[in-house]
Amino acid sequence: MTATLATISAAQPLRRWLVPAAWLLASLLAIALVVAISVGVGDLPISMSTTFYAITNKLGFTAVALNPMHETVIWEYRLSRALVAVFCGAGLALCGAIMQSLLRNPLAEPYVLGISAGASTGAVAVVILGIGAGAISLSAGAFVGAFAAFFLVALLSNGARGGADRTILAGVAASQLFNAATAYIVTTSGNAQQARDVMFWLLGSFGGVRWPEFALVSVVVGVALVVCLLNARVLDAFAFGDEAAASLGVDVGRTRILFFALTAVMTATVVSMVGAIGFVGLVVPHAARYVVGPLHARLLPACAITGAIFMVLADIASRSLIPQQVLPIGVVTALVGVPFFAIILYRLQRAS
Amino acid sequence: MTIKADNLIWSIGSKPIVNGVSLTVQPGKTLGLLGPNGSGKTSLLRLLTGLRRPHAGQVTLDGTDIATIGRRALARRVAFIEQHATTNANLRVIDVVKLGRFPHQTMFSGWTAADATAVAEALARTGLTDKAEQSWQSLSGGERQRAQLARALAQSPRELILDEPTNHLDVQHQISLLRLVSDLPVTSIIALHDLNHAAMFCDELLVLRAGQVVAAGTPEAVLTRDLLAEVFHVDAHVDASPYHARPHIHFAR
Repeated sequence: MTATLATISAAQPLRRWLVPAAWLLASLLAIALVVAISVGVGDLPISMSTTFYAITNKLGFTAVALNPMHETVIWEYRLSRALVAVFCGAGLALCGAIMQSLLRNPLAEPYVLGISAGASTGAVAVVILGIGAGAISLSAGAFVGAFAAFFLVALLSNGARGGADRTILAGVAASQLFNAATAYIVTTSGNAQQARDVMFWLLGSFGGVRWPEFALVSVVVGVALVVCLLNARVLDAFAFGDEAAASLGVDVGRTRILFFALTAVMTATVVSMVGAIGFVGLVVPHAARYVVGPLHARLLPACAITGAIFMVLADIASRSLIPQQVLPIGVVTALVGVPFFAIILYRLQRAS
Repeated sequence: MTIKADNLIWSIGSKPIVNGVSLTVQPGKTLGLLGPNGSGKTSLLRLLTGLRRPHAGQVTLDGTDIATIGRRALARRVAFIEQHATTNANLRVIDVVKLGRFPHQTMFSGWTAADATAVAEALARTGLTDKAEQSWQSLSGGERQRAQLARALAQSPRELILDEPTNHLDVQHQISLLRLVSDLPVTSIIALHDLNHAAMFCDELLVLRAGQVVAAGTPEAVLTRDLLAEVFHVDAHVDASPYHARPHIHFAR
């Protein structure tokens, strides 16, 4: 027993902080690397050193003479795009992990509460029906639609107290309803070009994002990540279900509402900016769980980091797979993600 | 240090599930809860753990109504083990046991020496110290139930409430789990189906039928031929066992 005590309290403070700190540093470096690659890829290739100096120049650390066009492309277009991809990927993966834990369902993902369907209805209402007469942007419409769907699900699932199965069913019902509304609007009022635009937006694109989007998504995802990490043990307590969590002293109803609202805000922000990018929120949590295990204090940061890197890589692929053409990002995440996921499933099967 | 229920009533719609149940368990004793399927055992246990609020009556711990005790404070004192805990998370045994420290921790508190001691003692008491690193999915049914017991013990409870904990276990694991629970220095309330096990391991028994108490007292007083015929509709003979002096039930037909 003394041996166990020793291993459990192997909490030599140094080791306890050094290992996570080293992982965090390595992860941030990896993210910086893929962001630098992403900035360099495009019709105008930019070397990594140019990117590095463009950033340090702007921050005032260096004053290296660079091609002004390179600096403009980096600062006006590509860096904000890559950084938005970082936070969108992190946010979607985080949402997926939370949903899978709270709903105790490995198929749960950020869109299970009907948010992407609601967002698309909001978007087509603005783009095709012209609601708001130009004063409301597509993003604002999508955000409102996303929350309309979320509130419908909350209502149907009895304020999220109705249990996991009821929440999932309510989400399916809301998704069907809003998808039908979207299809109805597109087929009755839209022309072919509008339908194509909506389709492209739904599959996701980082094309239009700049610094204002970065400011919003970084704050939303950053705050959500901190809140989730502070509550990581609460999510752990749900491992054996709602009743087990309640008997451990968790206020199940309040916790569900807190986390559902948090994921709704994150997902709605991401979807309204870059469209309903699928697969990241479903697969990344499984991949991360496979590596770091099911405890949320490790799983959530791992999801955020993996999701960020995966999304930036997907964005690079979407711009470079086919010359002169940008693929919808959702197509890439699924095309790249499914084979990758198949490998994980296969190895998991062999391991057990 | 007593848990006491006073005239508890809980119903689904207009159908009473628990109908005026009162009970008291003395500190350190084990109370066995018997009754046919659907007699309200599980519902009564949920009321006792505070997972459900009674529609009338109250549950008190040392005279304090549990409705006035915070959820976390209650979880530091009362631990609950359900029939068959399942998870799809591949937790290690030690992670499961550590969950028991949840009510003792706050959002910012780290892992303390008291937490480590409680977990190590819970593992040792349930004989799981060597299996601490094994994954939940690799455990047998008996080991899983022992891991749940270790988790409950890590809560450092004074009252332990178990809902048919031996349902999915073979006879060896049934007896070893019940012996473990009855030897613990905590007050236990345990729903059981096996009447002989109830007679062997419980200090007191309480028999429910249709949500009402039909008998309560020592195993010798409760387990009579007439009661078994009336409540369980079985023809049985009850003798004092020559091996452990508790009542032993022979089913005649």
